[in-house]
Amino acid sequence: MALDRWIGLILLGIFLAYGYAAWFTMDASLAPFMQRNPIWPSTFPKILSIMGILCALVIIAGLEKGEAKIGDIDYRRLGDYHLGQALGLLALMVAYALLLRPGGFLFSTTGFLIVGSVILGERRWITMIVVSALATGVVWYLVQEVLGIFLRPLPGFLGG
Amino acid sequence: MLEGILIGLQTALSVQNLLMVIGGCLIGTFIGMLPGLGPMSIIAIMIPVAISMGDAAAALILLAGVYYGAIFGGSTSSILLNAPGVAGTVATSFDGYPMARQGKAGKALTIAAIASFCGGTIGAVLLMVFAPMLSSVALLFHSAEYFALMVVGLSAIAAFAGTGQVAKAIIMTLLGLIMATVGEGALFNMPRFTMGLMDLQSGFGFITLAMAMFALPEAIFLVLNPARSAQGDSGDIKDLRISRAEAKSIAPVIGRQSLQGFFIGVLPGAGATIASFLGYAVERNIAPKAEQDEFGKGSVKGLAAPETANNAACTGSFVPLLTLGIPGSGTTAILLGALIALNVTPGPRLMIDDPQIFWAVIISMYIGNLVLLILNLPLIPYIAKILSVPRNFLIPFILFFTLMGAYIGQNNATELLLLVGFGICATVLRFADYPLAPLLIGFILGGMLENNFSRSMQLYDGVSFVWERPMTLGLLIVAALLVILPSYRARRARLRAKGVADGD
Repeated sequence: MALDRWIGLILLGIFLAYGYAAWFTMDASLAPFMQRNPIWPSTFPKILSIMGILCALVIIAGLEKGEAKIGDIDYRRLGDYHLGQALGLLALMVAYALLLRPGGFLFSTTGFLIVGSVILGERRWITMIVVSALATGVVWYLVQEVLGIFLRPLPGFLGG
Repeated sequence: MLEGILIGLQTALSVQNLLMVIGGCLIGTFIGMLPGLGPMSIIAIMIPVAISMGDAAAALILLAGVYYGAIFGGSTSSILLNAPGVAGTVATSFDGYPMARQGKAGKALTIAAIASFCGGTIGAVLLMVFAPMLSSVALLFHSAEYFALMVVGLSAIAAFAGTGQVAKAIIMTLLGLIMATVGEGALFNMPRFTMGLMDLQSGFGFITLAMAMFALPEAIFLVLNPARSAQGDSGDIKDLRISRAEAKSIAPVIGRQSLQGFFIGVLPGAGATIASFLGYAVERNIAPKAEQDEFGKGSVKGLAAPETANNAACTGSFVPLLTLGIPGSGTTAILLGALIALNVTPGPRLMIDDPQIFWAVIISMYIGNLVLLILNLPLIPYIAKILSVPRNFLIPFILFFTLMGAYIGQNNATELLLLVGFGICATVLRFADYPLAPLLIGFILGGMLENNFSRSMQLYDGVSFVWERPMTLGLLIVAALLVILPSYRARRARLRAKGVADGD
């Protein structure tokens, strides 16, 4: 089964769960006076869930025949691409999200930009450090001073 | 109308807004030139900046400048590198790149600049004529018609999705709609589908979603496949002049394609991409036999047609946004989200309530086109140098700006984790050829769709508004036809799969 039909199956699951919530659990907490209303909070979700389930079934059954197109990236040969780099960068983004608050903006961002370049295979250390530090400083200045949005610059133990 | 134009001139010609136009066009041209970054990603990245300015007119002027700057910049990389930065300029590379290889890069860039300028300017004139007309008709609409109109818009987007894609586009729209129901709505004072999580109480962040759907998968694709960011030496670009004969031959093309492109842009779901491909195809078919053979080998007409059409379509896509408040494409959907964040509701009342915004945007389009022309002609050889920024530096920066965009809006690190999570999902969906723009459009229209639906239900005490209001019924029938026809036609003709891409 091709990937798009597997995704269709997952989407079917999402719509079923959503539909279950809309049809069976949501109305329990509805206030009595609301029940006189022609429209309930669950009305629109109920319609959506039915349409979604029908659509997912059409995709899974493969009723709509399109020719198998291979886009920019052929997922069947994912190993041929720079998968490690992509996963590394995603992990780096998660790390950045977790470190942004405790580590302060300046350190985390400089680190993010340097490690990002290293993952992509850059080895000119001096250039990398200078460019990253400069860019971090400029962005921090713009966001903090020009736009007026607070970004904690330094980690807590340095008084940031 | 004259009064409106004067108000617009007054607003648009303020120093701040002039700087916004120039800045927006510059940023758009720079980033749009980078292969892989389309107008949607750029605008998504620019939104936090625009929102924090607090002035709706200035923000929309900036974002609109970025929009046509990006389309413009995309044509430069199409011509010089055969690497379109934007789906709307793919057709430009058909004839632009052969011209560049024949050593006529300067001439190709000049033609592209002039064609874009004319397309954009004529589009702005048409916008000025048609938007107020449509707007006054739209004032007669009732919430039932609005509901039906949004259904038409959403199904048109699905209908233009291409062969074998209709069900996928619809399910993506529905996914966007169900994501919009998460959180506490305005109509019912109860949280829905939050699964008890406080973080979901106010729903998903629109900027986070926009970044995750467009900017992040694009960056991941660039990492996975370095060939996408093909880099080349732009070399020396000289000889920018075009001859009188060439000017004569492209003039009718520009005239026709400005009109055609504009009206295609007005249709929901069909944006600059479809306009440019269709423009190219039409011009090739009506050209004399001798010139037809030139197409694809460096024909000036083949270059002028898509360039005119895509810029005119960009302008055209502002018509439904400004008059009905319904975005026709992913890009205008993002613009709509930004406007709502700035407490401006686009729609027929916009012209009456905030005439300075409405007219300033239109006037700034003229200024923007002029800026682009001035910018493009003498500066192109220098701007093209950005194409030589190494990707090892470029990609971390793109990722960083994506993260920053999601963070600045909410000041919440959880948002960043959501961004990465949705980004991975979006990448997998792109692998399987699911279109992502419908999801975002569904998400943005979801709240309005439900509110209008609920209001009509309450007014008519049930669903009887569907058959009691002829206009609503008519629009819903159109919506149904839009969904059914393409799948019916697809069964008969599976030949023309190529030529329709999402991404503008």
